[in-house]
Order: sequence, then structure tokens, then C-alpha cells
Amino acid sequence: MITHRSGDTPGTTPKSLADVVDGADVLVCCGSGGVGKTTTAAVIGMEAARRGRRVVVVTIDPARRLADALGLVDGLTGDPQQVSIENVSPTGELWAMMLDTPAMFERVVRANAPDAAQADRIVENRFYRNISSALSGTQEYMASEALHELHGDERFDLVVVDTPPSRNALDFLEAPGVLTRFLDHKLFKLLMMPTRTGFKVLSIATQPILRAIGRVVGSDVLADTVAFFQAFAGMDVGFRQRAEAVTALLRADTTRFVLVASPQRDAITEASWFADQLASQGFDVHATVVNRLHPRFGAGSVSDASQRAMTATERGNAELAAVWANLAALRAIAAAERAELEPLLSRVHGSAVVEVPLLPSDVHDVDALDVLARHLFG
Amino acid sequence: MSNVNPLADLTSSNIVIVAGKGGVGKTTVTAVLARAAADAGQRVLVIELDGKPALAELLPGIDVRHISAADSLEEYLYEHGFKRIAKRLAATGVIDVIGTAAPGIDDLVVLGKIKQLERANQWDLIVVDGPAAGHAITFLTAASGLLDAVRGGPVREQAQDVLDMLRDTERCQALLVTLPEATPVNELIETSFAIEERVGVRLGPIVVNRVDTTAPLPDPHDVDFGRARVQVDDALAAAAFRRTQLEVQAHEIDRLSAAVPLAQIHLSARPVAGLTPDDIAILAAELAR
Repeated sequence: MITHRSGDTPGTTPKSLADVVDGADVLVCCGSGGVGKTTTAAVIGMEAARRGRRVVVVTIDPARRLADALGLVDGLTGDPQQVSIENVSPTGELWAMMLDTPAMFERVVRANAPDAAQADRIVENRFYRNISSALSGTQEYMASEALHELHGDERFDLVVVDTPPSRNALDFLEAPGVLTRFLDHKLFKLLMMPTRTGFKVLSIATQPILRAIGRVVGSDVLADTVAFFQAFAGMDVGFRQRAEAVTALLRADTTRFVLVASPQRDAITEASWFADQLASQGFDVHATVVNRLHPRFGAGSVSDASQRAMTATERGNAELAAVWANLAALRAIAAAERAELEPLLSRVHGSAVVEVPLLPSDVHDVDALDVLARHLFG
Repeated sequence: MSNVNPLADLTSSNIVIVAGKGGVGKTTVTAVLARAAADAGQRVLVIELDGKPALAELLPGIDVRHISAADSLEEYLYEHGFKRIAKRLAATGVIDVIGTAAPGIDDLVVLGKIKQLERANQWDLIVVDGPAAGHAITFLTAASGLLDAVRGGPVREQAQDVLDMLRDTERCQALLVTLPEATPVNELIETSFAIEERVGVRLGPIVVNRVDTTAPLPDPHDVDFGRARVQVDDALAAAAFRRTQLEVQAHEIDRLSAAVPLAQIHLSARPVAGLTPDDIAILAAELAR
């Protein structure tokens, strides 16, 4: 049973996206890949800065065109860079960065290790390098770590985070626990024998299951794995506390979730699935952004336009017929998209819903970001 | 359509792996290719890797299988001398640790499973709805990565077999999917170079999905609307919108052609938000034309 917060009660008027942003100090943009999540995060960040906030936007991919649009000539980097917006807001600030997963992971390890030598042992271990670059969930884990770090950074009062293009919303919500789950792993326990002075690593030979793994992946790979768990001995408490702090931040009242979707059936299905997953964990969707909707082109109907196309054809005016037929075709697409969206929009009826029309060309400069901002914030 | 006989080109290998960024319609392309080949009389198997099963619904009458890494690994262990402990390895979650200790092993066992299905000789064509987003390169490089990392044993053998399959142009090709828009085109250009350099798998023609193939619109300002007044502005706005879209599309297709010297296949945009088996059949007929 999910307890609904006031915003989700049927009958109350959903707030605007501006209200959602004003009341937040963390905004998490989630949704499947290809729906314009990164651009949406950037536009929200820019608008918040315009409203006087000191904002940092974290993107997951290099987003070259977005960096260009923001005037960051060297592209986005792993450290926040300030975007020049003096002409937009006298007091607000906009910063942007890209998540550098391995660098972030190393920072987290170094912050938790009792000394530099132990940190070095971990970051030089091959099993660690696999985890920091290839383990599924690592990117989400580091996104949540970055969020926590930036939230505590005095320079910013709003963190907007673009989540990795996962199919699964829970990947991000459960991300803070990725490493502790690993350390809770039965294999870790198999390897570590508690002793009076701490832990002792058991011999591989004494464990049939380890011998079996060694036969599959090779003994040197297994040796790296054992060394990794050994190097982590004693650090799990710190990681667990950190994971709890990040989880608490995700659950804070001032952390808001923005669901981003596009009107294709598969993207809508994924967005509804995201909304369900968020709800199952007790999170609300505070705002829903539907990108790239075809405009309706007036209040007229599809048949108005196709009727005129037919009349023009009958009169032998092929060019005029083509122009009316085009209006009919675009209106039909607009109607079909809205029909597809209906179930999602009733699913998230408590959230602020914003529709952003499909722009005829890609977002590649500040003007285009401005156009999007006007659609998002009215 | 830029090449003479796209279907023959697409079905010239036993296995076709369809790859592309999220949202470009990888699943649609998989379905269209499978439908076209099946309608041409081939025995077709479709393989779905991750995500929610969607293809069986789009492809009535065609074999569709879902292959997961966890099941493949368990099956692999079972068949490679770990009969007694395969279940236990899976149940204790040790498989996660194996996957991390030797990254790519999950992809490798999936590719190994595909190789096994190919070797069964039950199908003329196996179409794989590849992994989403940037995962395609990781997926395809899993075998060569493991060959470097693992010095001996069954994993090394499997990696070698899979690599042989991927690099044999008669057996396998990768089909990259994009949309006629800036970001997907950029992504495809990057991916195609990476795949060529790092995997050595043959790249088939590029599939440009959702191409607006309707006739070019006349400049609406040259069109005589007669006495009509109502909705004329809407028609003008709609025409301007479509004309800009067509310009952007032509520009992006040109850019793609200039950057990647591969044949292109264009699939028309269907005027609906979600495709049905009928839409797939219409697009498949276009491909076979």
C-alpha cells in the first residue's frame, strides 16, 4: 500500500514545473534513452539560474551539442564549469559537468580508505577496475554519489541530475547500495574468516566453490578478486554509512523527480513502468515532461483539412491539395500521439505535466534552449 | 532506397545483429527485417536480449526467443563440467561475482548461445535485437576482451569460437540503426568507427529509420488558397514545419553519407505513435521491393 502525499491526491490542481523546481534542492531527471533527458535537465537548470538559483547540472554522457549550446568550448568535464549567463540573470549561476565514473569512484574509495596505501591497493586491483568501469549499476552509483557531493557543496543551492539511460528506475534508486551489497555478498563472507584481530582471507583451495570459479575464469582472475575483497576489509562500515546518507538525500522532501518521456509507444511504456517503479518505492513523480510532441496546428480537425485536400484535388489543384493533405497528416500524428499518451498522463495525474512540441531542428544553441525553456515554464 | 537489393544484402549472413542508440527503433528494424526475410520464404529466428519482450507480438508466426545472461551462464556452466554446482552458483549469486571478475563473460555466454543456435542449422537467418544504447560496442568486444584477459580454460575457448563467428563475414554482420536527426547521426558515426576498429565484425548497410518519404511540399506562399481564409494560417504553419523537417532530414542524411561510406536503407516513417504487425508488414514489403 502506497501512501500518497498531498500532491498526488486526486482533485488537487497539479503544480507547475516552476513550483516543483522552486521547492527543490535536488532534481532527478529520469526516463529511458533517446527522450531528450539531458537537454531537459539543462533547460531546467538554466531556467532555475534565471530565477536566481545557483545551479549545477550533471550530465551522464559527453553531450557535445549541449556543451556547445552552453558555450563550453572544451566540452563538459568531470568538474563543474560555470556557464556564462550574465545576460540572463544578474544573481543566478549555472554550472555544468559530466559524470566521470572512474574518477568519482576513486574519490569515494580514497575518502573511505584509512590510509593512502590501502586506497592504492584497491584502485590498482584489476577486479576494482572492472567494477569501476564495467559493473552494471556503477554509473548509477556514481551519479548518486556525485549528487550527494554536489548537494553538500556551498557553491550550489540546486543540483539537477540527468540519470543514466537505464530501463530500470530502481537502478538509480538502489544505486547507493551497489557496493555494500557486493560487500554483503556471500562470497565476501566465504573469503573472510573473522578472527580476534580482524579478518583473515581463507585459502582458495579450501573452498570448492572458489576452485570451481577459478576453473571457469582462470586462477589469476580469481586471485585479483580475492585481493580486492581483502583490500576492502574494514572499509565496509564507511561505505554503508555513506550509502545511507545518499539514500536519505534521495528520500528528502526537497528532492524532486522529473519523469521525461516522448510520445512513441515504447518510450511511453517505459515511462509508465518508471512511474510504477518509483511509486512502488514510495517516490512521487513531481513533474512529467513529454518532449517532441507534434504540434496540433490549430483547433481544426483532421477531416477539415483532408476534406479541403479532396476538394483541391477535384479542382485539379495538386499543389493546394498537397498543402492541405500535409495539414491533415500532421494533425493526425498529433492526435495519435495524444491518444498514446493518455494512459501515462492519467497515471501521473498528480504531477505537473508539461508538453514540449517537436521543434523542426535539433537544439544546438542558446536560443534553442530558450525556446525550450519557454515551453517548459510557460 | 539507396541500394539495389536491400533484402539480399541484409540476409547474406547467417546472423544479423541490429544495434543502435535507445529510441532509434532498433526493435522495429529487427521486426521489419525478420518479417521481410520470412515473407521471402526464409526460416527466421528472432532473438531478444534485454528489456521487455515486445517482438513476439509484432511478429506473429515467427520464432522469437528471449536470451538472458543469467540463464545462458547457468546453461553454459551446466554444459561445461559444472553440472553439480551450476544451480548452486546461480542461487548463491556467485554468478554476479564471476561476471565482475571477468567482465564481458555475461555477454560472451549470450553470444555463445547465439552461436549454438546458428550451429543448429534450423534457421536460415537469425536476427538479434541487440543491446541498447552504448552497450553494443561492449557487447561485441566482450570476446576479444576476454581472449586478452583469460589465459586458458573453457572461457578462452568460448571467446575464440565467438570471435571466429563475429569476424566471419558469411556468418555474421552488424546492422546499425539511426534516425535522420543530428544526435542519432553523430552517435552512429562514432559507433561505426569504434565497431570497425575494435570488433572487426562486418558492418551491413546502415538503416535510417523513420524517414519522411512523402513528396516534397511546394512553397505554400506560391500556392493560391482561393477564397479560403479559415485554417489557412494552420496550413501555412504545417507546410513550413514539414519543409524545415525535410531540409534537416536531407542535411543529416548527406552528413551521414559523407562520414560513413556504407550503403543506406531508408525505412519510411509510419504516421502512428506505435507500430502494429500490419505496419511491420508494410515496411517489410518496402524492404523487399
